[in-house]
Amino acid sequence: MDFHIKDARPIWQQLSAQLKLRIVTGFYAPGSRFPAVRELAAEAGVNPNTMQRALTQLESDGLLITNRTVGRSVTTDVGALSALRSELAGEETAEYLEAMGRLGYGRRECAELILEGEKI
Amino acid sequence: MNLVEIHGLSKRYGSIQALDKAELTLETGRIIGLAGPNGSGKTTLIKTLNGLICPDEGSVLIDGHEPDRYTRSILSYLPDRDYFADWMKISDMMDIFDDFYADFDRSKADELCRTLQLDPMQRIKSLSKGTREKMQLMLVMSRRSKLYVLDEPLAGVDPAAREFILHTILTNYNENGSVLISTHLISDVEQVLDEVVFIKEGQIVLHRNADDLRAESGRSIDECFREMFRYSGWKEN
Repeated sequence: MDFHIKDARPIWQQLSAQLKLRIVTGFYAPGSRFPAVRELAAEAGVNPNTMQRALTQLESDGLLITNRTVGRSVTTDVGALSALRSELAGEETAEYLEAMGRLGYGRRECAELILEGEKI
Repeated sequence: MNLVEIHGLSKRYGSIQALDKAELTLETGRIIGLAGPNGSGKTTLIKTLNGLICPDEGSVLIDGHEPDRYTRSILSYLPDRDYFADWMKISDMMDIFDDFYADFDRSKADELCRTLQLDPMQRIKSLSKGTREKMQLMLVMSRRSKLYVLDEPLAGVDPAAREFILHTILTNYNENGSVLISTHLISDVEQVLDEVVFIKEGQIVLHRNADDLRAESGRSIDECFREMFRYSGWKEN
């Protein structure tokens, strides 16, 4: 799972979105220690201050817990993690529906397509 | 105190106004991109920071000092062209830097030679243009400086090496220092910048936090740059 920065959105927002995905998929397990800012910044090839801003966002979302002595770790709050999962699912769905809408498909047709796809 | 303070800076070469009352302040701990088209005054601005050019008017303060011996001891400069005696070996240049600069870290230089795949025993004469640039970068980033001033560090290297050089800058700059990178290849440096400074006809026309600029304009910095510096002759109608 590599970081990729492409669109015109602020870089810290792109980073925090990708870090959320890493958290929700268990790439960083609940309760595990989170890598240091500099380490992550070097991995993504971005400025450490930018990465810091992305992490601050995750902290205020309650996904990262900062402890003075041990550093940052991923939350163990199951509620927060499942809320994040539905949030990301909602975003993906909205994006899909928008793309399909441009092709002239309504929600029902989309649903039919998906169910048909399941049979194959 | 700001790391760099430039006020009312002007410099004229004959009929050309290279700098025209430029105003700029830089804080510490930042990576700043200095962007402008060819001939906009980037190199002139950088040379006045180094004390290589005396301004006609205005003031330059680095860490509270006008360019002098002290500022040269805290400023690490990558010029836009190389200045090496090409019969020397890379290790000779490392010796010179070691003698000249108290903040030169020899072990860091050795480490950078390994990561950049430079052989210290090689003669400068035998190096390709891109490898020379890598060597210059190795020397400049091996100093533990307060301010790194890199004039077009990516101009002569291939795209893969560019990424590697940016990585080198990111992982080697002093955390208490700032890096000023001049470039006209914004898209390459965009993601490492804290701040962007646009220079046009010798004046600083924009100085913003990079992500704020992206958020407000809804564009990449490269697009903002193209918009601002589009040649008037290209406009429709």
